[in-house]
Amino acid sequence: MEKKYWQSLEVYREMKRKGASDKEAMPEFSIDGLDESEIKGKSSRRDFLKMMGFSVGAVALVSSCQMPVRKAIPLLNRPQELTPGVSNYYASTFYDGDEYCSILVKTRESRPIKIEGNDLSPISQRATTARVQASVLDLYDDARLKGPQKNGKQGDWKTIDQEIKAKLDTLQRDDKEVILMTSTLISPSTIKLIGEFVKAYPNVKWLQYDSLPMSAMRQANDTNFGKAVIPFYHFESADVMVGFNADFLGTWLMPTTFSKQFSKGRKLKDGQTKMTRLYQFETNMSLTGSNADYRYQIKPSEEAAVLLKLYNTLAKKTGNTVFSAPSVKTDVKMVAKDLLKAKGKSLVVSGTNDLQIQLIVNAINSLLGSYGKTIDLNTPVNLKQGMENDMKQAMSSIQSGKAGGVLFYNVNPVYDCVHSDKLAKALKKLPLKVSFATTMDETAALCDYVCPDNNYLESWNDAEPAAGFYSFTQPAIRPIFDTRQFQDSLLSWTGAGKSFQDYLEENWKTNFFPKQKVFAGFDKFWFKCKQDGVYYFASPEMEQPKYKGAKLKAPKPKNGAVELALYEKISAGTGKHANNPWLQEMPDPVTTATWDNYLTLSPAFAKSRGLEQEDVVQINNQLELPVLVQPGQTEGTVGIAIGYGRSHAGKVGDGVGKNVYHLMNVSGGAKNLLGTVVTLKKTSKTYPLALTQTHHVMEGRPIVRETVLGEFIKNPAAGNEEHEKFLKSENFSLYPEPKFDAFQWGISIDLNSCTGCSNCLISCQAENNVAVVGKEQVKRGRIMQWIRVDRYYSEMADNPEVFHMPVMCQQCDNAPCENVCPVAALSHSDEGLSQVTYNRCIGTRYCMNNCPYKARRFNWFEYVNNNSFDYNMNSDLGKLVLNPDVTVRQRGVVEKCTFCVQRIQEKKLQAKAEDRELRDGDILTACQQSCPTDAIQFGNLLDKKSTVSESNDTGRMYHLLESLHTLPSLSYLTKVRNKEA
Amino acid sequence: MYNIKARGVLIEGNKGYHDITRDITNPLLSKTTPSWWWVAAFIATSMLIWGVWGFYNTIAVGTGTWGLNNSVSWGWAIINFVWWIGIGHAGTAFSIFLLVLHQKWRTSINRAAEAMTIFAVMAAGMFPLIHMGRIWDGFYVFPYPNTRGPLWVNFNSPLFWDVTAISTYLTASFLFWYVGMMPDFASIRERTVSKIKKKIYGILSFGWLGSARGWLRFETAALLMGGLTAPLVVSVHSIVAMDFAAGIVPGWHSTIFPPFFVVGAIFSGFAMVLTMMIIVRKVYKYEEYVTQRHLDAIARVLTFVSLIMGVAYISEIFISWYSDSPYEMYVFFKNRAIGDYAFEFWAMITCNAIIPQLFWFKKIRTNITMVFIISIFINIGMWFERFVIVVTSLSKTWLPSTWHAYTPTVTEVAIYVGTLGFFVLGILLFLRFLPMMAVSELKGVLKETSLITENTNNHE
Repeated sequence: MEKKYWQSLEVYREMKRKGASDKEAMPEFSIDGLDESEIKGKSSRRDFLKMMGFSVGAVALVSSCQMPVRKAIPLLNRPQELTPGVSNYYASTFYDGDEYCSILVKTRESRPIKIEGNDLSPISQRATTARVQASVLDLYDDARLKGPQKNGKQGDWKTIDQEIKAKLDTLQRDDKEVILMTSTLISPSTIKLIGEFVKAYPNVKWLQYDSLPMSAMRQANDTNFGKAVIPFYHFESADVMVGFNADFLGTWLMPTTFSKQFSKGRKLKDGQTKMTRLYQFETNMSLTGSNADYRYQIKPSEEAAVLLKLYNTLAKKTGNTVFSAPSVKTDVKMVAKDLLKAKGKSLVVSGTNDLQIQLIVNAINSLLGSYGKTIDLNTPVNLKQGMENDMKQAMSSIQSGKAGGVLFYNVNPVYDCVHSDKLAKALKKLPLKVSFATTMDETAALCDYVCPDNNYLESWNDAEPAAGFYSFTQPAIRPIFDTRQFQDSLLSWTGAGKSFQDYLEENWKTNFFPKQKVFAGFDKFWFKCKQDGVYYFASPEMEQPKYKGAKLKAPKPKNGAVELALYEKISAGTGKHANNPWLQEMPDPVTTATWDNYLTLSPAFAKSRGLEQEDVVQINNQLELPVLVQPGQTEGTVGIAIGYGRSHAGKVGDGVGKNVYHLMNVSGGAKNLLGTVVTLKKTSKTYPLALTQTHHVMEGRPIVRETVLGEFIKNPAAGNEEHEKFLKSENFSLYPEPKFDAFQWGISIDLNSCTGCSNCLISCQAENNVAVVGKEQVKRGRIMQWIRVDRYYSEMADNPEVFHMPVMCQQCDNAPCENVCPVAALSHSDEGLSQVTYNRCIGTRYCMNNCPYKARRFNWFEYVNNNSFDYNMNSDLGKLVLNPDVTVRQRGVVEKCTFCVQRIQEKKLQAKAEDRELRDGDILTACQQSCPTDAIQFGNLLDKKSTVSESNDTGRMYHLLESLHTLPSLSYLTKVRNKEA
Repeated sequence: MYNIKARGVLIEGNKGYHDITRDITNPLLSKTTPSWWWVAAFIATSMLIWGVWGFYNTIAVGTGTWGLNNSVSWGWAIINFVWWIGIGHAGTAFSIFLLVLHQKWRTSINRAAEAMTIFAVMAAGMFPLIHMGRIWDGFYVFPYPNTRGPLWVNFNSPLFWDVTAISTYLTASFLFWYVGMMPDFASIRERTVSKIKKKIYGILSFGWLGSARGWLRFETAALLMGGLTAPLVVSVHSIVAMDFAAGIVPGWHSTIFPPFFVVGAIFSGFAMVLTMMIIVRKVYKYEEYVTQRHLDAIARVLTFVSLIMGVAYISEIFISWYSDSPYEMYVFFKNRAIGDYAFEFWAMITCNAIIPQLFWFKKIRTNITMVFIISIFINIGMWFERFVIVVTSLSKTWLPSTWHAYTPTVTEVAIYVGTLGFFVLGILLFLRFLPMMAVSELKGVLKETSLITENTNNHE
């Protein structure tokens, strides 16, 4: 027995106090290796473990939950073209009644997920617009009708067909007119079919209706040349271009074609020192105006007078007839001088739908010898064929009861015609009203029958946008719902007993195939047509028709009155795609506003009226819109975008903005966007606008670097002095210099080519599953789009120069974001890409703070399957548009541009499979693929012969914020304006 | 040796050793909890509950419930984090720095200051957590063996340094605080009549007997821990400063930040101690322990630190001009001095660099109400300082197209108020259940710093 010693008196006292006897303080007797319990026969630790093992096992067995069973059933017979995981591309055509574009439809596992430009098309030349890019989402629109409707209730095709046929027959018997109102049709086969339909029902009157017609131009050409056509313009052949309220780079007529043409004359590659010059006279600040070398502000009522002044100045110098013109302040001497110098290589266009104006434009162009050079009257453009008088007649026969029925195809006049209320009232009386709308739009809602048309991606069609240029639409997916193509409806009502697909093929076999000599058999020809998506029949060279002069006159400009200039937004267009969340959330390239239309006023004018941004103004004492102060807007005018204020668009588009179609100017006979006189009244209300950019000047920082042509010729590095400084500066880094073996991916953006059209932005959104966040979130500065087109004004003066600059992740080799991530979610690939591992990201957002370009986006909320964000990612249908190659990001992670890493990988694998080296140009990023001005080049920076290296190999190249030594892989080329210094 | 004639008495009221024990432990032993305590606890709990709602809202809905945006990705949460960490410097600064400097007056304050540290650091620690976009994956920030490679953390990231520094600091401060309380727990164990209390305090006291040997060990442990913790006072806030200084954001990227932050932390910590002690001495009637002289000493320290703050502000502004960088200059001269956030900037300057200078006047220094008001001003000023650093810098960085303003939302306010509630509740519980002054240490300094009369009962 061991003795126990107390260590101190305190211990002893303590032991005593507790009544601890000396014995108790002794350790117990023990047998080595045995627990006390084992000796005493109680349950031991071992027993405990046994018990626990058993109970855990039992509990696990009993309560193990069953995972939901998901079955992946392989295809028994794989369709010939379908390999899971491999994309198929089908050539097709986008035409929505306003805009034409030849496209490639990318499908994955048989569903269209992306629209690409078709490089075989001589018209759109691989370019698309934002609206074309976004159109794929319309296919998966929840608002689409799921089948034929009768009085707002789902019906079936058989009975509805019978009833309509019966009604058509009765109306024919009663000799009542039936109006077939369509948008401008550019499909020769459809036009032929309508002809047959009219033959079967002679009481049917077909008319084409455009919400934004160009009838004045057709009329003017009829007067001057005897041809009521819209000519084909060749901006690429013009050295001097003058636009009058024509936003030809943004929305006017064929923006894709014109942007391509325009950019050709502005490229400064390979030592090129010539550059075309653009003058723009306009009321609103349009995208084209923002790209002009010289921009003049005119009021709508001044346009004719300015044009006539220009004509007179030119006529005086060339010895032609001078017409009396009201005086205007605008100075046209410089324009006139330039135009004369570039005679035969000049082009004047006006987007105003006014006969007088178009006559003056024709006179100027004729005087300059533009016809046959920059304007081709022999290749008429088939867009915008609607003539105002037809619509007026139709209106009167609907109102008078002369018409007994009306069929609407691809038009929505109850929403977008000037007297929509009258039309809506008159429609009620008609016995037969049929709409072919794909959604229950404003017009369809008033119809008895809706025979929903297929989406264009489910349809067969052809198109002839300009004489001789043909284009084909082929389905990329079977109709998702019980819908039927408009043409098939007509065919079934005429009792032709065949599908439009056969009809189309037959038409081409009999009417077009014989015209060509390349293909011997029709099958091969037809296959080629479908494969290429386009076919061109060369027409013999013809003399341009002779110009017959007309008397020119111009009304006196109005003084004092506030003139309204309505305009078409790139995103909203005429309002057809209002339910498309991508387009609603696309920032306007000029105002950077999303989700609304608003009243634009110049800063001085706003000040004089005591108005500030977001103040609500009452227009003509009824319509209320918020103010957006727009530098560059003509003093005394206000601008409002059309295409908003839909009431029957769907969950996304309903109630966004206000409808202003009724404010169109009809005083000149033709529907004109410009010139309505309005009154403005300030209210005490304010209305928040969701702008993506709130600071508009560069604060003297070398962000967009620019020079003028004269300086550029002297020194190609003009305006890029900062880059010189950077190269000379000493650079030191703690980190080892990045080295790459085979690839270092880079992008070069030519700021001189970029017009800011924002096509890339939507293309990127579609490619990379970028979420739509809604107006409230945009206003809070949380837009998700990976590309941001920054817009700067030279200074907040009344006539600023405008700069557009697409900014996305710069893929810095010395990335400030990468080294601050605590969890190493950011890494640099050995191909120079800065990568985010979404799974690893915990969302500290340090990288976002440290990114000087602010190119990173955070998932502030769960944007998928969340009713608060009820856009395409919250519906099973809408989610079909998602690209399976790109992860859909969870809430709480940071994301950003990846340089389309999935595309890089795809092409690398393809090259590997084909056992060859990757070629320059194999990989096209989404933004680059459909850029209408080829401003974006992607490629391997290590390959000195790649396009991107070559375009970087100029004095114009610089990196954004290069003084930070972030070493971006993305470079910019300086902007050069063709201005006098 | 402490010169009573020159520096005055530290413990007033002719206290004997027993008086001290009685005064400090009686509130803990009393069965009735004072009504003011219940009122305060109710308010603090309500605040805390609101904060819990803020937490819940953030976790359930998303970080989007805050006012942050793509440009200003850090806001109130980070401001409050730095603010709390700053306050959390008081305890260690008191215990360690003043110990090293042989400042005996610290004895009646250091325990409470240490408790404040614990709760402040805990409050601060909540912010980096709730700030994460995916809090459920937050454990990724710890370097632990895993099956993902193993995938380690990024040792280059100041945020990782933060994790290390703060968890170390919290652990060390807690141990220091706890070990310091052990003799006092034993005293309570001895004095209490409640069996439950006896049990609990007995466990907490770790079997403290008060033996000479125990005291020897205790002193050694305290000294060792103090020595180990001392560098943390400097390192923690230096590292927090590096969250900013290592970034390239204009207004953040500054070599002055680590010392500037440490000084700021001590400044705010001392101010918070002042705020708290003025209240505590009033409600517990401890005017004899926390005397006018104590407050005066703290006020003097604050005056001096305030001068350093002023110098730091001025040198920051000077360097931004001297750098000749338009980005830096914009932040200081445009955005801060005359821009959208001018109010916050000037509030910071006024509260931190100007108002504390009033302490030069003895009249103000000895007027408890004024001292209290000024301490509140410093607390507010230091909050604004963090606001100015975080928000004004981020709102207007390199590219003007990305400039965006920031306003907090209800959720962010709720979380902040919640941490205030947590802190106050923590302090209240501390006051109710733990000895708020180091009884043994007070006794230790009693003899040489007070005028003890002979008839004082010196036994226990």
